[in-house]
Amino acid sequence: MAPNKKIAIGWFSFSCCEDSTIVFSELLNDHWKEWKELFDFRHVKVLKSNNIMDAFDIAFIEGAIASPEHVERIKDIRSRTKKLVAIGACAVTGLPAGQRNNFTKEQKERIAFLVERFGALPEVKTVAQVVQVDASVPGCPMDEKKFLEAVTALVTELRPELAQPSPAHA
Amino acid sequence: MHTFNLDMEHITKIEGDASISVKVENDKVTDVKFRTIEYKRFFTEAMRGKSVMAIPAHLSRICGTCSNAHIMAAIEACEDALGLQPSEQTEVLRALTMHGLIVRDHALHLYLFSLPDIYGKDSFLDFDESDPDQHQMLHDGFAIKAAGNFLATLIAGRSVHATYPMIGGFLHFPDKVGIDEAVKKLEEIRPAVLRIIQKFKDQPFHFDRKTHYMGLVPDGNFGYIKGFVKTSTGKVYNEKEYHHLLHHVVLPYSQASAYDYEGESYLVGSLARINIAKEKLHPKTKESIPEVLALFPSTDIFHNNLAQAIEILHSVDEAVDILTTRIFTPEPLKKAPNRDAVGIGVVEAPRGTLYHKVVLGADGVIKEGEVIVPTGQNQINIEQDIGRLIDGLIANGVEREKMPFEMEKLIRAYDPCMSCASHFLKVEWK
Repeated sequence: MAPNKKIAIGWFSFSCCEDSTIVFSELLNDHWKEWKELFDFRHVKVLKSNNIMDAFDIAFIEGAIASPEHVERIKDIRSRTKKLVAIGACAVTGLPAGQRNNFTKEQKERIAFLVERFGALPEVKTVAQVVQVDASVPGCPMDEKKFLEAVTALVTELRPELAQPSPAHA
Repeated sequence: MHTFNLDMEHITKIEGDASISVKVENDKVTDVKFRTIEYKRFFTEAMRGKSVMAIPAHLSRICGTCSNAHIMAAIEACEDALGLQPSEQTEVLRALTMHGLIVRDHALHLYLFSLPDIYGKDSFLDFDESDPDQHQMLHDGFAIKAAGNFLATLIAGRSVHATYPMIGGFLHFPDKVGIDEAVKKLEEIRPAVLRIIQKFKDQPFHFDRKTHYMGLVPDGNFGYIKGFVKTSTGKVYNEKEYHHLLHHVVLPYSQASAYDYEGESYLVGSLARINIAKEKLHPKTKESIPEVLALFPSTDIFHNNLAQAIEILHSVDEAVDILTTRIFTPEPLKKAPNRDAVGIGVVEAPRGTLYHKVVLGADGVIKEGEVIVPTGQNQINIEQDIGRLIDGLIANGVEREKMPFEMEKLIRAYDPCMSCASHFLKVEWK
């Protein structure tokens, strides 16, 4: 099979408000033409239905890790991707999605039955607490400039021949 | 006779993560469960002990796409508790914030989520640029989104988790260069908005079921922040009476809540708003699309898409009107002393009526709060529609393989937001 010339990307949301997904969809306003050529959107649930879970060059991870199922899923994604990028405050710092970690004893008691009923983790984790992270884009929502810089750096590293013009300066 | 289950995990092209399961016994739907599969982030519990000033930015993080609506509802609730009356200019800037949100958010839903279904495409990015119509749609979609984004950024600082709107006013005021640029962009997209209205008027999908609907109807022009809650049965409620209006329904299988009205399901969102208040749309909007507005009131859920497109046009016309006739002057934030009080804020978020409640203490600290989101209110309606849809498909001999797509399409028409929906189970629920 001929090698896929485009960069295979996945965008995955865990526990969060998906604000960075929205910022990503707004970045498409200016970058959609160029990214269509550059990226193979393999698994981007906000953009398409036929999402393919095989191998990725870059996996973007938005949100914190809140359940055993999330742990399994993020490990699975890690095993399929060359680079993994933590996107936004919840992925990078665990907050605010993991604000229950810092609740008082009384607050924790009030929510305990819900945490238990839906099988959530006792403590919400950052992405880096569960798998190796290659790059982080902080911000709530993610900082657009830092995202474009991270994308440019990864494209340059993975496919130097595709890196011109860079997404940050197109 | 057939007995089977239809299960869809991770429904695509919606906000957040949802699944649906349908049980069919002897060719009849016996059970439908529409669930959010997002884990709870406990925003209402986390309100306790926070300073009232921190509440709008806190509640904004409930949802990425509707964040600015949550900010507006939270500010209104906090100001209500403080007994603070915003200035007239502040009210205008808030209205503009909502217009920016409506344009950006509806365009995301219409072009990226719903339009591919009409064209039989998997993704908006799969549209064929060499085809003149599809080329036009691609460019229109991104241009409308960008104009809404620009307006929201100019007025509110960001289109997601806005930074300028505060309790008591705004931290920043639009300048002439920005206003001129916004007007230019909004005027440029108006023909594109008319095209998408036509597209969704002519789209081939229909699903009609008589149901109740309700929304916030302003005294003046069609808008999203002020007014009374009006129902399809003609009843009018003050927004502070929402506890009598909505009845909380427990969903043991979902991390979300549902609501009903007088024991029956109802819908909120664009379709409800256009049904109830189309006469209040901007005169230019009404003038441009009389034959489209004649289709309302409607209970065809696919007309929710059309209603969203109409709201984009109204927000464009209204925003241009405001921006070309007003001068904005910097003013300080209004302040009021803390007090023991309950505050309620109600706005029309893109997906429907959004209720925030804060219980404030004299020390300026929040004792407790409550949030009721649009998707929770549409939940029961969605489930009942899916049941009816599948019953109809079975009766018409449609193959089972085709049913998931039909379900997804109908759910998408409601434009559910699962990020919002996942957090608001009442604590006494067991």
